[in-house]
Amino acid sequence: MTRSRRAWSILGEILVVLLFALFMIPFVMVIINSAKTSKDIIFDALSLPSNWGQLFMNIGLIFSNHTVHYANAFLDSALITFFSLVVIVLFSSMCAWALVRTHKAWAMVIFFAFVAVMVIPFQVLMFPLVRWMRILGDFLHFRLLQSIPGMIFAYLGFGSPLSVFIFHGFIKNIPYELEESATIDGCSEARTFFEIVFPLLQPIIVTVLILNGIWIWNDYLLPLLMLGSNGAIQTIPVAVTAFAGAYLKQWDLILTSTLIAMVPLIVLYLFAQRYIIKGMIEGAIK
Amino acid sequence: MHRHSLTKALFVFPCVFAITMVILIPFFLGLYFSMTDWNGVSDSIKFVGFTNFEKILAQPGFIYSFLISVAYTVINVVLVNVVGFALALIVTSNLRFRNFYRAGFFVPYLIGGIVLGYIWQFLFNNSIPALGKILSIDALQTSMLSLSDSVIWAMSIVNTWQYAGYVMLIFIAAIQSVPSSVMEAAKVDGAGYFKRVFTILIPMMANSFTITLFLTLTTSFKQFDMNLTLTNGGPAARFLGQPVMASQLLAMDIFNTAKANRMAEAQAKAVILFVALVVVSLVQVSINKRKEVEQ
Repeated sequence: MTRSRRAWSILGEILVVLLFALFMIPFVMVIINSAKTSKDIIFDALSLPSNWGQLFMNIGLIFSNHTVHYANAFLDSALITFFSLVVIVLFSSMCAWALVRTHKAWAMVIFFAFVAVMVIPFQVLMFPLVRWMRILGDFLHFRLLQSIPGMIFAYLGFGSPLSVFIFHGFIKNIPYELEESATIDGCSEARTFFEIVFPLLQPIIVTVLILNGIWIWNDYLLPLLMLGSNGAIQTIPVAVTAFAGAYLKQWDLILTSTLIAMVPLIVLYLFAQRYIIKGMIEGAIK
Repeated sequence: MHRHSLTKALFVFPCVFAITMVILIPFFLGLYFSMTDWNGVSDSIKFVGFTNFEKILAQPGFIYSFLISVAYTVINVVLVNVVGFALALIVTSNLRFRNFYRAGFFVPYLIGGIVLGYIWQFLFNNSIPALGKILSIDALQTSMLSLSDSVIWAMSIVNTWQYAGYVMLIFIAAIQSVPSSVMEAAKVDGAGYFKRVFTILIPMMANSFTITLFLTLTTSFKQFDMNLTLTNGGPAARFLGQPVMASQLLAMDIFNTAKANRMAEAQAKAVILFVALVVVSLVQVSINKRKEVEQ
């Protein structure tokens, strides 16, 4: 009995190792073929590279490329993602707190509008959005298209419904007594929020950061439409497609460019894995 | 008191303003544009009623994209949830290195559809045929992306690979919330492993299936990024006697229609996508909720 159970569990472990290997094969393929020349890849796409130094040659070729400015795309992606996350966390938590603590009809209406907005697919509004951003930008004398602030503003709009919803659920469970005593002591509402409520939000802020961060970093259609496919400002996913479009079937360069695009996320994941997994689980349950 | 409600209004304002500007106004403009002759070039826009809808419903290419999106969604809702649930069972068992596996299975989700599409295009077109040559298996030597019958399955493999780890995380949380005493009691009563999973575990985590089914359904039906970089709609196929793109899902059909400056038609297609999405998700959630209540 115990022997057969033992045999089963060993078999199980072997199966899991195989399954895991299968899951990881695509990454292995990217790494080994990023270290080959185009000719080597066509000749043999499966073997290990003969010279790993080729990897650095390929990386050098991509960063020195004049058609697609990869280093700039990195910087633009980082700026857009970072500042979008800052405004999303700040304004969504403020908004959610005000909605939870206002017991009036308008607060309910706004909250339900936020939930309803989440079912609207991007496809139905993306083309009118570009047209509208141009009109609005002209009206305000503020460049919204082909601009980083414009992107950040758009991400605030697209990121806040879910973020407000998540913060709302969390803030509802914070006892009001904490704020009440501060208000009685003469603390203004804004100070009550920033000094008492906001620090308590820390665990849920991690969730909001991760959910929005992964999505914004990888987003393709919004930057494509608002920044253009070959504009001065470019995000990583747009740069990768521009690169693959310019160097059709040159897999040495395309795969290296995907490798470079993946590395920052994977390094971040290695360091913050515990928080990312916890944040994703909490975000999904909400 | 008055000053208080002013602070709150100011706190609410930034998000409400941003959502109004980037979602609500473009959304209503979009509904309106679907009933105009908007072409993206000319500034004069005329109301034309339901002409665009009549036009697109007569296009075999659009009907095909709609149907293939439905098929793709059904395949992926099943595959992603089955694989994700299996992964969740694996990493919540008492296996060695289970946290390591859990971390690994989630990695594909982090990468994003654009990059994944290129990677898998390479795998399907180069790596797998190379493997087929070494093993002399003919079936592997033709790329799944080059045949209209298999291309949807190729996309489904990639999509399952990407989302199974994500869905797995939701299932893990649910499995861990089921008290282990319940599973232990059933074990003592002699219920086998699979019996315990199907009669106790799954019913007790019905709530998480509502979430994962909703997420997989909506993400598959709106699929675009990976579709673009993996297949770009190809290969060519025939439908109702007309040439169509075998793997052009609805979102890509909308995008390509707009690229051809037929903006109003693209808008009408997007409205149909929106309506279908709302109807299907309402039906799905209400069925699931009813099931949850029954249990």
